[in-house]
Amino acid sequence: MSLSFLLLAVAALCALSFYFGRQRAVALSGGRHSNLHSLPVHYGAYTAAWCGLPALFLLLIWYMFQGSVIEALIVSDLPQEVIGDSGRLSLALNSISQIAAGGGEHLTVSPEIVDAGRRLANLQTIANAALVVVMLSVALAGLVLSYRRIEADMRARNNVERISRAIMIVCSAIAILSTVGIVFSLMFETLHFFSKINPLEFLFGLEWSPQTAIRADQVASEGAFGMIPLFVGTLLITLIAMCVAVPVGLFSAIYMGEYAAPKFRAVAKPALEILAGVPTVVYGFFAALTVAPFLRDNGAILGLDVSSESALAAGLVMGIMIIPFVSSLSDDVMSQVPKSLRDGSYALGATKSETIRQVIFPAALPGIVGAVLLAVSRAIGETMIVVMAAGLAANMTVNPLQAVTTVTVQIVTLLVGDQEFDSAKTLSAFALGLVLFLVTLGLNVFALKVVQKYREKYD
Amino acid sequence: MTDMASLMEDRAAAKVISDNLRKPVDWDSPKITRNIKKRYAAERRFKSYGLVAICLALLALCTLALSIGSKGYSAFYQTYVQLEVTFDPAVIDPERTGDPDVIGRANFDGLIKQALRDRFPDVTSRSDKRDLYGIVSGGASYDLRERVLENPSLIGQTRTIWLISGDDFDMLNKGYIDPTVDEGDRRLNDKEVAWYNELVADGAVEKQFHTRFFTSGDSREPELAGIWGAAVGSFYTLLVTLALSFPIGVLAAIYLEEFAPKNRFTQIVEVNINNLAAVPSIVFGLLGLEVYLNVMHLPRSAPVVGGLTLALMTLPTIIIASRAAIKAVPPSIRQAALGLGASPVQTVTHHVLPLAMPGILTGTIIGMAQALGETAPLLMIGMVAFIVDIPGGALDPATVLPVQIYLWADSPERAFVEKTSAAIMVLLAFLVLMNGLAVYLRKKFERKW
Repeated sequence: MSLSFLLLAVAALCALSFYFGRQRAVALSGGRHSNLHSLPVHYGAYTAAWCGLPALFLLLIWYMFQGSVIEALIVSDLPQEVIGDSGRLSLALNSISQIAAGGGEHLTVSPEIVDAGRRLANLQTIANAALVVVMLSVALAGLVLSYRRIEADMRARNNVERISRAIMIVCSAIAILSTVGIVFSLMFETLHFFSKINPLEFLFGLEWSPQTAIRADQVASEGAFGMIPLFVGTLLITLIAMCVAVPVGLFSAIYMGEYAAPKFRAVAKPALEILAGVPTVVYGFFAALTVAPFLRDNGAILGLDVSSESALAAGLVMGIMIIPFVSSLSDDVMSQVPKSLRDGSYALGATKSETIRQVIFPAALPGIVGAVLLAVSRAIGETMIVVMAAGLAANMTVNPLQAVTTVTVQIVTLLVGDQEFDSAKTLSAFALGLVLFLVTLGLNVFALKVVQKYREKYD
Repeated sequence: MTDMASLMEDRAAAKVISDNLRKPVDWDSPKITRNIKKRYAAERRFKSYGLVAICLALLALCTLALSIGSKGYSAFYQTYVQLEVTFDPAVIDPERTGDPDVIGRANFDGLIKQALRDRFPDVTSRSDKRDLYGIVSGGASYDLRERVLENPSLIGQTRTIWLISGDDFDMLNKGYIDPTVDEGDRRLNDKEVAWYNELVADGAVEKQFHTRFFTSGDSREPELAGIWGAAVGSFYTLLVTLALSFPIGVLAAIYLEEFAPKNRFTQIVEVNINNLAAVPSIVFGLLGLEVYLNVMHLPRSAPVVGGLTLALMTLPTIIIASRAAIKAVPPSIRQAALGLGASPVQTVTHHVLPLAMPGILTGTIIGMAQALGETAPLLMIGMVAFIVDIPGGALDPATVLPVQIYLWADSPERAFVEKTSAAIMVLLAFLVLMNGLAVYLRKKFERKW
């Protein structure tokens, strides 16, 4: 039975139990609803909740552990020499799952692996069947137990409200859970990575070439995992992007807020915001196919040697993408500067631009700094534009005309396509992800603090 | 002593200033006129900087739209070549069984090749023949088969039929290959160009609307590749995202706005939501890879995993929008409900939530639009596989529209450039629709209390 079918079955059971619960309450009331503590609907909701929720909870737990438990069962039966070697183990597990999925005829594997594949298929069938049985019986048990507990003076409404409040708390906790999930999943693999590579080498190394050897005698078998070149590349592109986004965004915000006629504003503001809604992969395509060739050809005319994947192209396009973030956030903070400050400045005979430059801008500066910092963190974490337009070579350069690579580009190239499990190469992507997460988190927290602190001033 | 001296100096300076102030200002003096002129010029300059900035941003937007549009519009048309095809019974159904299975297995490719050889009888060498066969796409044989299966009476007849052309031919017809440049610098050799010219002279080449682009899945052959597979994948992914993030987001928003006490837990939740909204999307991809694929062993490349990952990303957007919408409902409504004896949960479900729903929906649509355009996290969980089949459910391997764009952008064939641009146009059309819907909802249900 497929998952969606199972869910449908549980939903149907819930509907049934709602009906039964309600009917029982009506029957108990003896025709007068005032004999009941709560409305009949509440009794129905009570039984439905007890029927559906435990079953769904069970499903969640089941799916979290089914994979690992089955894998542990399979692994424990494999020959000792396979278990000992993590590379061979992951290879074996791969073939096993292929065989279990019904393919893998082309594989040349030992009979133990084939057996394990069959066993895996078996176990999966058993697990699925068991899930159906267990889940449906839990749902039924919930139905029967809660049904039998219904009495005329049972506080069904209070019960239902408690349950719904608990559900809401669980939903809010998911925000925390996902942060914890991010930190743990990154941390786990990063620690793995640091057991192979010295953390100091990772943090301060000047060379990045994640090719590690599969065989010992391979050419270029020495991997180097120094993240400095990646950060230099990331910062270079971020810097270029900021050089585009900050002046354009800031001046747009000033014009939009202080000078523009309402009609112009009504057209231009949403048009600017479109820039933020365009998917990044579109910008990436634009950068790689329009901007980069344009820069290369014009560079050639000027006698400059522009690489076809240049930091400049990626940075320029990323800057365009970020303009609306800078403009709308600084628009917000500038419009929050109180009118009295402006009026005071005008009363002293200052022109509009003098007021903006010498009164509004300094007053809004902390908020603008916060906005720029938020934009920086977005630029650092941006992936698709740089993947499509920035290149793969880890150059330690500040020349914007050359190809550089960034943290996000490396994460994508390390994890897309064929992965070797447990190699330092794959694990390094998680270490990079952790650093990226921490850097952007730090920037965000700092920026939000700055913006908030400034906002309190005039509230 | 030094204090005394500096005090004296200050006094003297103050006297100079006050003397100057006492003098009536000559507003028409050349110095002041110059100064005012300068200040007004600075004012105009400053204002024009702002205008230039906006124009630059809008120019960038227009360039983006134009470059995509001009590259992509041609993908909606496809070149077809007219050939006389003989439906040879000896090839299609030698024993005259009339059995669809037999007909389905027939060598229609051979029929097309035969038709091409008949059309250009003087082509003899093997390599020339191979070039000749390139005129018609490899997918044309499927069209022929469909045609014969639909209408078996065709067998034995000779018909003139429009057949879908190969990608290089298509590019030549659309003007992307310049036949005047040196032979070594273009994809088609002189002979092929000559064949093309001959066919054009006969009126046997034309462009038709390319329905296949909207109805088929991915393919290595640009003229056969379509976006339907990716669109269906996007649909299932967004369905999972919506099914998870909408209820969870709304419930969390209700709790935080209506029920939550001010304590450690709710503070942490609030900070967390703000942070999650700003975490780089690729980090969510890493989370999905580790938790859903490596720990929970969910199927790789499946919309379920994509939807689960995107749901975590969309959640903060929905929570923040929903909280704003719930906050906008005036307290008097809650108090009236509570005063009439409704319980807190009833107050929320019967009064607050219906009133806040338009705002919540607007936020949800915007969150979904973001999720629709998201690419990076889906690369992490393996939705970049080359998948030809149209996914039949959320557990089948699939890809999504933005990832399809990414894949095509990487393809070396010239013809994929226009496909990529056209796919971008379709994606942007969806986004415009969704955002338009959000704006419409906001306008329609906007309410001042």
